[in-house]
Amino acid sequence: MPSYHRWTSRIKVNVPALIEFREVAYRVGGRDILRGVNLTIEDHETLVLLGRSGSGKTTLLKMINRLLEPSQGTITFQGKALSDWDPIRLRRSIGYVIQDGGLFPHHTVEQNVGLVPRLENWPVEKTRARVKELLEAVGLAASTYGARYPRQLSGGEKQRVGIARALAADPVLLLLDEPFSALDPVTRFGMQKHFAELTKSFGKTAIFVTHDIREALMLGTRIAVLKDGRIELLVSPKEFAKADTPEAMAFLGTLEGGAHAGV
Amino acid sequence: MRASEVFEVTMEHLLLVGISVAVALAIATPLAILLLTRARLRRWTLAAVNVIQTIPSLALFGLLLPIPLIGGVGKQTAIIALVLYALLPIVRNIVVGILGVDAGVRESAVAMGMTASQVLWQVEVPLAIPTILAGVRIATVATIGTATIAAAIGGGGLGTFVFRGIASANMTTVLAGAIPAALLAIIADEVLEWLERRLSY
Repeated sequence: MPSYHRWTSRIKVNVPALIEFREVAYRVGGRDILRGVNLTIEDHETLVLLGRSGSGKTTLLKMINRLLEPSQGTITFQGKALSDWDPIRLRRSIGYVIQDGGLFPHHTVEQNVGLVPRLENWPVEKTRARVKELLEAVGLAASTYGARYPRQLSGGEKQRVGIARALAADPVLLLLDEPFSALDPVTRFGMQKHFAELTKSFGKTAIFVTHDIREALMLGTRIAVLKDGRIELLVSPKEFAKADTPEAMAFLGTLEGGAHAGV
Repeated sequence: MRASEVFEVTMEHLLLVGISVAVALAIATPLAILLLTRARLRRWTLAAVNVIQTIPSLALFGLLLPIPLIGGVGKQTAIIALVLYALLPIVRNIVVGILGVDAGVRESAVAMGMTASQVLWQVEVPLAIPTILAGVRIATVATIGTATIAAAIGGGGLGTFVFRGIASANMTTVLAGAIPAALLAIIADEVLEWLERRLSY
């Protein structure tokens, strides 16, 4: 079927990648935080950015929703240069979760989760139904937790609310900056499993920043290793086990003998 | 001196304080918001209102007297001086309160697609309310005290009794001014502190 083949390959060429970084650099105060970053992110993948503190992974993440602007290079989102996007529109279509959740302390759980729908002027009833649906999806009963304030939640519950909030307006992309790093190991493991199910069931594309190689292997469909502002390696978790670049090997070395195969 | 007269003068005092603090708050709010993003201007402005604060109140009232339009004997001059005094604690606490909002909360607000004014009015200001109210409380208590001196330039209020009592060496008249002023200060302090606690998260 040569014509069919040509047709499908045409489509592949014409549909732009969700995100594309071209020769992106970020410099602040004479220091290079990111250098020569080229990266393509496709729909429905979970890309993990793995690196030590100061490797530039958070900077890379924050450029996608324009919390930071590149010093050089271009980034496109849905085929359109980020600089041509209205930052408010852009951010409302991208969910964002940070380490301590960043929940509004003066809003209830329900108000926190309903934030973006409210900003988008959804009808009250629709917002309420969506909040309920999402709280249940992250494993919190809306009737129990809806009226609570963030200070009345445990660390794990806060992160669940943070994820529900990020998903609220059905964003095309989720950005997560070490969302589980501050949790105890047992809670963290539960959250990781739950998150993997969530991204699958909601069909979300996610970019996930972490310094934890187990987390990277467990959640990533691809793993990018960052070292001193460059992407050293970009592979699938399977290929990662055989990686021979220095930083990837340094991370592999933190796993006890053979454990990574089973994670 | 009848009780009704004391009551009347106390109300006059309260009005003087109320107007001064309200005007100070009305000036301080836009000023503080303007200063949030301008670090250099912020330093200079806070230094300037700090200097005003160090001028003894009687001297400031005296300095304002000869200035045309705003000066002269009367309530207007008193209010202008009281507003100048109340500015510092209010401006400073608005600025400190808003800049002190948790960075993660602010970043999330921006990242969720809130506009700058939504971030300010729906996140930063509500979270800074306890600190802002603390500034209003400090300003109010101080103004209740300073306002007694305003009587020296015809500002009226409880200071009238104090000055009259001193001039005629009548202790009762002095206390008729001093005791209500002290009580007002204590009550204002308690009420505003209660409000501060009610509105903190």
